[in-house]
Amino acid sequence: MKLILFLIPILPLTGVLVNLTLTVIRLKAERSESGRSDILQKATGVIASAVVGISFVLSVFVFIMVAQGHRYNIDYYTWFSAADLTVSFGFLADSLSAVMMLVVTGVGFIIHVYSIGYMSEDADRQRFFIYMNLFIFSMLILVMANNLALMFLGWEGVGLCSYLLISFWYHKPSAASAGTKAFIVNRIGDAGFLIALFLIFTTFGTLHYDALFEAISNYPNIILIGATMTGIGMLLFIGAAGKSAQVPLYVWLPDAMEGPTPVSALIHAATMVTAGVFMAARCYPFFSFDVGPIGYVLGMSAGELVMYTGIITALFAATIAMVQNDIKRIIAYSTISQLGYMFVGVGVGAYAAGIFHLFTHAFFKALLFLAAGSVIHAMMHAFRHTGTDGDPQDIRNMGGLYKKLSITAMTFIVGWIAISGIPPFSGFFSKDEILTAAYHNGYKSTYWFGVLGALMTAFYMSRLAFVVFFKPASKPELESHLHESPKVMTVPLMILAAFSAFAGLLNVPEFLNGHQWFSAFLSSSVGGGLTAPHHGANEWVLAGFVLTASLAGIVIAAIMYFTKKMNPEKMAADYKPLYRLWLNKYFVDDFYGKYLIRPLQWFSEKIFWKGLDRKAIDGTINVTASAIDLTGRILRIFQSGYVQTYGFFMLIGIVIILYYLFN
Amino acid sequence: MVPLSHYLILSAILFTLGVVGALTRKNAIVVFMSLELMLNALNLSLVAFSRFLDSMDGQIAVFLVMTVAAAEAAVGLALVVAIYRAKQTIRVDDLRSMQG
Repeated sequence: MKLILFLIPILPLTGVLVNLTLTVIRLKAERSESGRSDILQKATGVIASAVVGISFVLSVFVFIMVAQGHRYNIDYYTWFSAADLTVSFGFLADSLSAVMMLVVTGVGFIIHVYSIGYMSEDADRQRFFIYMNLFIFSMLILVMANNLALMFLGWEGVGLCSYLLISFWYHKPSAASAGTKAFIVNRIGDAGFLIALFLIFTTFGTLHYDALFEAISNYPNIILIGATMTGIGMLLFIGAAGKSAQVPLYVWLPDAMEGPTPVSALIHAATMVTAGVFMAARCYPFFSFDVGPIGYVLGMSAGELVMYTGIITALFAATIAMVQNDIKRIIAYSTISQLGYMFVGVGVGAYAAGIFHLFTHAFFKALLFLAAGSVIHAMMHAFRHTGTDGDPQDIRNMGGLYKKLSITAMTFIVGWIAISGIPPFSGFFSKDEILTAAYHNGYKSTYWFGVLGALMTAFYMSRLAFVVFFKPASKPELESHLHESPKVMTVPLMILAAFSAFAGLLNVPEFLNGHQWFSAFLSSSVGGGLTAPHHGANEWVLAGFVLTASLAGIVIAAIMYFTKKMNPEKMAADYKPLYRLWLNKYFVDDFYGKYLIRPLQWFSEKIFWKGLDRKAIDGTINVTASAIDLTGRILRIFQSGYVQTYGFFMLIGIVIILYYLFN
Repeated sequence: MVPLSHYLILSAILFTLGVVGALTRKNAIVVFMSLELMLNALNLSLVAFSRFLDSMDGQIAVFLVMTVAAAEAAVGLALVVAIYRAKQTIRVDDLRSMQG
């Protein structure tokens, strides 16, 4: 087991090294024009997928072992040690990390395979696969680490890979700046995470999960450090909010869509952005800690902060998603919104529900992104063949695609129904679970806002599905040039569609005669979870509202886009201020630009650059230099080259010395 | 008997003549001769001290100085010849390529 756990993250790293070597060989071969470079490029994709595939098989094995009640906490060696701080390189395999390993390697493998097709025409695809493998490695370190320091290593690693992959097409200025934006915004969150780690260490003296949680449960009079506990929880959440794109740090995620679509699916939908949810669940004692007002910071507990941020984000992003026109951006805002739901679950203490939504979301969101990628792929080809210019991602250019892209359309529909929350597809179970938990824990208003969010979710996804696949084509001239993607892309779509459809059955609630297998499985690592009753008539009503809202969203979208009763254009004109507010994303980017970035730039330019750097630092050095220069100019006069002049000065010197010696 | 101060005053006069000559004359050979004059002024004072202090140390030192002076003359004159061959001049003012 020790070896297997070690191999799971190390295999993708091996893939990185092998592919780096292959890239070097290819570049050499290209220089000598021996013509073998094409095979090497193809091999890279296969190798990259294969190592992740093997990791997946091993993860399944670990999952089975964990499901049988085993729990592994293995330290390999001491990573570093300084004074009281000792951090080991070690992995923890419990139910939580086993689920995450399955998601990361499973979805990762499918997306790798899909990428072989999607990136097949990109000259730089070796670099792409190297980054992808590096990402899988970092993400596995993040979820498997048995201490917070090692988790932070993975945390930063995935941030780096995210940056590299967003700006993969670095010659596009928008992609390069989107990567930078993601990196900088994440840095703000990471600062919070890091401070939380310092606080944890100074308070409890360890960063290892097991030792830490034991220290918390054995702490004498833990009420006395209530505010510290809450503060740690909030700081951890700042880190989670940066990585998982919550208000107010969500701005980087929509821009991250500049990267290739498989990257959006893997990193910015299924895995990396859910790292915050995972971290909150992993560090649950800090979030479920509540001793009443004496432990409050800013008037609330850490869990409440998480929940409020989550529900605000869920609604905020959903409203924006309703009016956007870029297919990837709609799905990106949808991701932000769904992450908000996950944090609602974590915030109210329903960790298993939050993680379960993470689990189902990973499938249907990866599916939606990959299907969108397939659509974009087809649109790009059509535009190229007809010689017309157009944005292949703008849904206003699409329509009627189900005829030509039937497999993509079918899988997209599965994803659409799953995210909308129609049973028995997966999204229903996980979303209902979260909202019911919020209701039972006394946050009734959150439940109602969540229901409203479910309506909006169903609406914007239906709008996307209708406009892209079912409405009459807006550019009929493209139609004859649209082709379904190759099998290497459609088979992953079908696999993901199957999971999106049925993954929810893992956690059927008791009122539907289910056993909540998933929640019970996770309870060993994230605490008991909810104590509220999970059966009875109440459940039917609560689930009924969620379902009604979802159906209403779909119906409204259908009325708007298929009948003449509610014309979208007319509605946009009637509610122009609201429409503009949403279309421009609440002007948050403009606000940040005007009130944060511009003042910062002004300050940096006027004070730091022109003031401090140029005047103070450069000035000091320039004055020193010119003083030395002046001294040199004066001394130069004496260096005439006449030996006799030198002799004369020497004589004067000797006379002066003698005068002082004998006087 | 001639007192010691007379010898020393003569030695000082000769030394000063040497210094002024070395610093002002432009012909390298004359400068060279001035240097020799300074050495011999020194020799004179050493011999005088040796006589008045009843010690042979000073005279030994004078022998040493004379030997050095002879060697120096050989090297110095050779240098002057070499400089003349290179520059076609032995005017000290023309030899100032070391100026800053």
